[in-house]
Amino acid sequence: MPEIRVTPLGAGQDVGRSCILLSIAGKNVMLDCGMHMGYNDDRRFPDFSYITQNGRLTDFLDCVIISHFHLDHCGALPYFSEMVGYDGPIYMTHPTKAICPILLEDYRKITVDKKGEIHFFTGQMIKDCMKKVVAVHLHQTVQVDEELEIKAYYAGHVLGAAMFQIKVGCESVVYTGDYNMTPDRHLGAAWIDKCRPQLLITESTYATTIRDSKRCRERDFLKKVHETVERGGKVLIPVFALGRAQELCILLETFWERMNLKAPIYFSTGLTEKANHYYKLFITWTNQKIRKTFVQRNMFEFKHIKAFDRAFADNPGPMVVFATPGMLHAGQSLQIFKKWAGNEKNMVIMPGYCVQGTVGHKILSGQRKLEMEGRQILEVKMQVEYMSFSAHADAKGIMQLIRQAEPCHVLLVHGEAKKMEFLKQKIEQEYRVNCYMPANGETTTIFTNPCIPVDISLGLLKRETAIGLSPDVKKPQLMHGTLMMKENSCRLLSPEQALKELGLAEHQLRFTCRVHIQDPRKEHETVLRVYNHLKGILKDYSVQHLPDGSITVESILIQATAHSEDQGTKVLLVSWTYQDEELGSYLTSLLKKGLPSSTA
Amino acid sequence: MAAHLKKRVYEEFTKVVQQQHEDLSTKKLRLTKPSKSAALHVDLCKATSPADALQYLLQFARKPVEVESVEGVVRILLEHYYKENDTSVRLKIASLLGLLSKTPGFSPDCILDDAINTLQNEKSHQVLAQLLDTLLVIGTKLTENLSVRMRLVEVACKHLSDTSHGVRNKCLQLIGCLGPVEKGVAKEAESQATKDVQKIIGDHFNDQDSRVRTAAIKAMLQLHERGLKLQQAIYNQACKLLADDYEQVRSAAVQLIWVLSQLYPESIVPIPSSNEEIRLVDDAFGKICHMVSDGSWVVRVQAAKLLGSMQQVSSHFLEQTLDKKLMSDLRRKRTAHERAKELYSSGEFSSGRKWGDDAPKEEIDTDAVNLIESGACGAFVHGLEDEMYEVRTAAVEALCMLAQSSPSFAEKCLDFLVDMFNDEIEEVRLQSIHAMRKISNNITLREDQLDTVLAVLEDSSRDIREALHELLCCTNVSTKEGIHLALVELLKNLTKYPTDRESIWKCLKFLGSRHPTLVLPLVPELLSTHPFFDTPEPDMDDPAYIAVLVLIFNAAKSCPTMPALFSDHTFRHYAYLRDSLSHLVPPLRLPGRKLVSSPVSPNITPHEDPSQQFLHQSLERVYNLQHLDPQGIQELLEFTIRDLQRLGELQSELAGMADFTATYLQCQLLLIKALQEKLWNVAAPLYLKQNALASAAAKQILEETYKMEFMYSGVESRQVVIIHHMRLQAKALQLIVTARTTRGVEPLFGMCEKFLQEVDSFQRCFISELPHMQGSFVDKLLDLMPRLVTSKPSEVVKILQTTLRQSTFLHLPLPEQLHKATANIIEPTGESDNPLRFTSGLVVALDVDATLEHVQDPQGTVKVQVLYPDGQAQIIHPKPADFRNPGPGRHRLITQVYLSHTAWTEPCQVEVRLLLAYNSNRSKASAKIPKATWNESLEALPQSENGIEGTIPFSKPVKVYIMPKPARR
Repeated sequence: MPEIRVTPLGAGQDVGRSCILLSIAGKNVMLDCGMHMGYNDDRRFPDFSYITQNGRLTDFLDCVIISHFHLDHCGALPYFSEMVGYDGPIYMTHPTKAICPILLEDYRKITVDKKGEIHFFTGQMIKDCMKKVVAVHLHQTVQVDEELEIKAYYAGHVLGAAMFQIKVGCESVVYTGDYNMTPDRHLGAAWIDKCRPQLLITESTYATTIRDSKRCRERDFLKKVHETVERGGKVLIPVFALGRAQELCILLETFWERMNLKAPIYFSTGLTEKANHYYKLFITWTNQKIRKTFVQRNMFEFKHIKAFDRAFADNPGPMVVFATPGMLHAGQSLQIFKKWAGNEKNMVIMPGYCVQGTVGHKILSGQRKLEMEGRQILEVKMQVEYMSFSAHADAKGIMQLIRQAEPCHVLLVHGEAKKMEFLKQKIEQEYRVNCYMPANGETTTIFTNPCIPVDISLGLLKRETAIGLSPDVKKPQLMHGTLMMKENSCRLLSPEQALKELGLAEHQLRFTCRVHIQDPRKEHETVLRVYNHLKGILKDYSVQHLPDGSITVESILIQATAHSEDQGTKVLLVSWTYQDEELGSYLTSLLKKGLPSSTA
Repeated sequence: MAAHLKKRVYEEFTKVVQQQHEDLSTKKLRLTKPSKSAALHVDLCKATSPADALQYLLQFARKPVEVESVEGVVRILLEHYYKENDTSVRLKIASLLGLLSKTPGFSPDCILDDAINTLQNEKSHQVLAQLLDTLLVIGTKLTENLSVRMRLVEVACKHLSDTSHGVRNKCLQLIGCLGPVEKGVAKEAESQATKDVQKIIGDHFNDQDSRVRTAAIKAMLQLHERGLKLQQAIYNQACKLLADDYEQVRSAAVQLIWVLSQLYPESIVPIPSSNEEIRLVDDAFGKICHMVSDGSWVVRVQAAKLLGSMQQVSSHFLEQTLDKKLMSDLRRKRTAHERAKELYSSGEFSSGRKWGDDAPKEEIDTDAVNLIESGACGAFVHGLEDEMYEVRTAAVEALCMLAQSSPSFAEKCLDFLVDMFNDEIEEVRLQSIHAMRKISNNITLREDQLDTVLAVLEDSSRDIREALHELLCCTNVSTKEGIHLALVELLKNLTKYPTDRESIWKCLKFLGSRHPTLVLPLVPELLSTHPFFDTPEPDMDDPAYIAVLVLIFNAAKSCPTMPALFSDHTFRHYAYLRDSLSHLVPPLRLPGRKLVSSPVSPNITPHEDPSQQFLHQSLERVYNLQHLDPQGIQELLEFTIRDLQRLGELQSELAGMADFTATYLQCQLLLIKALQEKLWNVAAPLYLKQNALASAAAKQILEETYKMEFMYSGVESRQVVIIHHMRLQAKALQLIVTARTTRGVEPLFGMCEKFLQEVDSFQRCFISELPHMQGSFVDKLLDLMPRLVTSKPSEVVKILQTTLRQSTFLHLPLPEQLHKATANIIEPTGESDNPLRFTSGLVVALDVDATLEHVQDPQGTVKVQVLYPDGQAQIIHPKPADFRNPGPGRHRLITQVYLSHTAWTEPCQVEVRLLLAYNSNRSKASAKIPKATWNESLEALPQSENGIEGTIPFSKPVKVYIMPKPARR
């Protein structure tokens, strides 16, 4: 029984450190290679020693697939390829390949330069690692080796995020990575065709949430910004460099354009600027509106949004500033926040989740007096707003994707265990497919029905379909032929052709059967009675009485002789070839019942 | 087998016989009509290889074939068809047969048998499919003949078991187009093969090829369109097709389900996996809603569009479409909309500022949450959030249609429509505003919704703003704060975009007249009056102040207590505005101001409208006074024309009527004046000066008649006759004048001939109207016709002159509604002193923005004319997409005109104006040219000979300052 085995090294009943091992039809694939943001020790990377104790990773893994550039999906990649040692191919989409090294480098800088860690991967390692990457296009089928092929589908979420179909022979698995089923201002919705994979591995971050319409949130956001700017206040929006920042930029840019507003919008230089550059390049990965209008103007060539300079923060008058990082825990956003916090006209909008302990979290939970370093007390008079813009599919979106792809089994990763439990139950209830949710290190084995392709000769197919002409061709049909297995391939042939190919002579196989009938009359009279009886019953068949005293029903021969010992008993000899087995056995059973007594 | 073979032999034998027969008939025809068919025959005989033959056929297909020779050509083609071994040639012949049978006037039943016979021995699937297509063409030409149709359907049924999808496709198409629809006849006629067309087609819903499945569904829809009542049993089959792998199939299936839901809305269907039952229309609605989240956007668009027309659906199903049960961590969460509503009803404004404000409150039962099966749930929420704007537009459209029929749903969908005002694509925004306007009778806007709606007023797109003004015109607002908010926002809009002035005033006019009681408490604040102190008088020319006054005066119309709150200058301003902006300021009953306000009581029906009465009276007066002395007639006409013109200015609803009649009277006046000239009594050559006047009059009358005919919408045939009659008189006048002034008879011959032709065509066109024209010019002329035809030009002229003088002038009946086409160029304004500079030889784009009213088919008729100072004129045809249609009878032209000229020494003005093009053929609705079917022959048709084309300028010219600079070297 062939099987598909899945072992999450990370992201099993957990968010972060996505890394899933998959073996399918003898091929081993690693899906994503992420780090965990919550840890700073060994636990931040997946335990690669699980894969192989002493052998080389390259021998064991056929390929690595990275779904998108978020660090919890690609953060451990240089460590894995350069420090642990892997030389096989790594697959990712073009935008991911372009943006991934920037984020890795940034991550490295923060860990090594700021936190002062040693034994961490170096800049050179990132470069070397990226050399092993093979970039793929959307919907391009890539042959990893002769049997293994992968194909990318659009996933929304962030620029370049993709879902991957991994296929060996007729067995296939779809890994979604992170995806978004509702389009936003800069990206479209995830889409997959009805590929009917054996297994669908899907994220389940929002397994228990059904989200509100996006427009309400957008409108609220714009209204708040607009009001503040009209009042002459300044708006601070702390963001992370990639993803949401671009969405909000586009939102504000179009709004400024529509409303003819003049207040300046700035974004902090550095990472965001670089990222915007890539967004400009990969227009094909964005949504309908941007793709359609880019001939006139590239939406990412912001007209109203300019690069920020430290000195601008003290400028009078209204302005909107996007600054990193997103949780107000350090860097430029915190500096600006400190400057503006005192004025009640100003506003800070937190566009996403804030981890406990950060300034962002404190102000969101309503704290109005903050203790800064150096015992300063900062009084927050500015307004604090929270707007959630998240790009994961909600429960309904996940269900929708399952409906689109029609998998035979579903496996949940990248979510909390309790929430998964609920979704699992729903999926099993509504689609009647098995659903799994392995924890980290736990292996799930799925048995699949192997499907074996058989070639059929055209002549045979035509002949057989001509006989059994039913309009419903999708239903299984009975068909006569010879199965030939030769050199790993199966073929269905007509018997004659098979014999010819194998150089064999045809043997006839006949069944004969004797039926005893009590009949005192003469032989030919018995024959006549049998003939009449059969003729009466088998109206659809050609029953013939031959001159030599035998009866044929189609190709079945019936002869009658008197029993050598008892003249009152007649022996009926029924003989048929094995092709007519059905009719022959029917005839014998019919004759065994005896003849109707009342015939003259 | 033997029997089968025998049959085959027999068939071949019959075929041979037929060939001979064809030969005979072709020979016969060749004798009579040797042209096309002979040429083709020779060509085909000459052809040595299939490729050659194909070339000949291709060339042949480019030329049209006359009706008479079609049959001959078909015979030759068929003859060749049987001989030909190459499939591509046979294919071409088959397609040619189809084309030929489309020839208008040709009845294809004579070739039917042959066409069916060709099918029998055909092996190639492609050719078979093409032949079936030909049969379809023949069948559609012979739809009345039931037996032919039955025969064709039978043939199609026979080929349904073909292995090629193309053949099956065509067979289904043929059955769909020709299958029997009539109930009674069908029973006797179809005994054996075509028992039940529906069943036959239904069997192919499960075909292995998706194209055939699609064709089967389409055939079914075709049958429905032709009037066959589909059976309800198909419903289940169709539902299964919704899960098909191919998008075309799903898309067609959605349509089929919609059709069935309209046919059997009330029948009951069971819900699978439970023992409940629901109405079919509800079930279908749920299923189509489900398709709104399909994987293919084509299907999504289709589904969203169809939802709008399912009006019988139960209300709770309908309301589900807007409901997407929100939950967060398994706890029920209220939507932002619900929260907004609650905050509003509890009387405080949304703070919306707390983190976790939307923290879920109640626990929900995990079993009760149904994520996907709920069908209709949230269909519109999904549709409106879709990635493709096509889907969003369709969803908005559907939402609008459903809301129009269900007030409660309208109330609920309001929030969603308001949300769409924020869409990223302008078309969607515009459409949702229009949708909202359409349902605004059913709804009252809450303050927070109004707030969002008003925010859009700052949009930089003029279309959006104007659409929004339109929306506000017919919105109901619930509170006085709402009115105040709207006014404030509109004034803000006015300062930001001063060009919106007119539109904003109009909007406020309706806002005021709709909400008099809400405006009343605001009046003191708006007019900034004070109980004790006099406040300074506001500036009368301030558009914002005018806007406020428009609002108040319109509210005061139905609120008699309001004028008591006005201060002195308000009354003065009222008098001023009532005169200068009479269309915006209604007549008011003001205490002690009887002189100023018009004493019209507010409830008069339009029939007793004094202005209408006045119009009719003055016309009566003119028509009755037939036999006054010429001087008196002229004076009376002049006065009436003046009155009518003024009336048109005052009463906008009568403007079209008044202008129309005034023009007519003007023509009459000109005619009378021209005939009064002394020129007629004196020898011709002496009166060159006077005849200038007469011929000018004739020319002007001609022009005016074209204006009357083409610039007014609502002109009926009764008026057209009179107009043409007037034109005929003008032409007669022209003829007489020419006869008087030119020496020699030569040119007159032609002119007389032409004039008589025109009289003739007039008679032909308006034969039915002639009895109404007793004593008119044409009536008399027709009596004299026999004499005219035989007499010499000089005599003709003499007769014409006397008839023209003696004829009475015709009473012009007025139609119910008459509107004059008008145009107003908004941009360029013509006020700029800065010349538009550009390098000579290159082009400069000038934005033109104009409003058109009562123009029919503006895409075809409206042109832009640019006049350069050197007299050079240029006519530009705007693209059809440049016209928008903001309301019935109104159009907006926003286009770019490219200007170019050689270098000038100094800036100069060019004139831009709009022209209305006309074509005298267009007036006769019957004169439609039958569409040519033979593909390329359309251009070869001669242009209709007597079409007079011309243009009427119908907007004020606007001057644009331009300066082409010489190119720098």
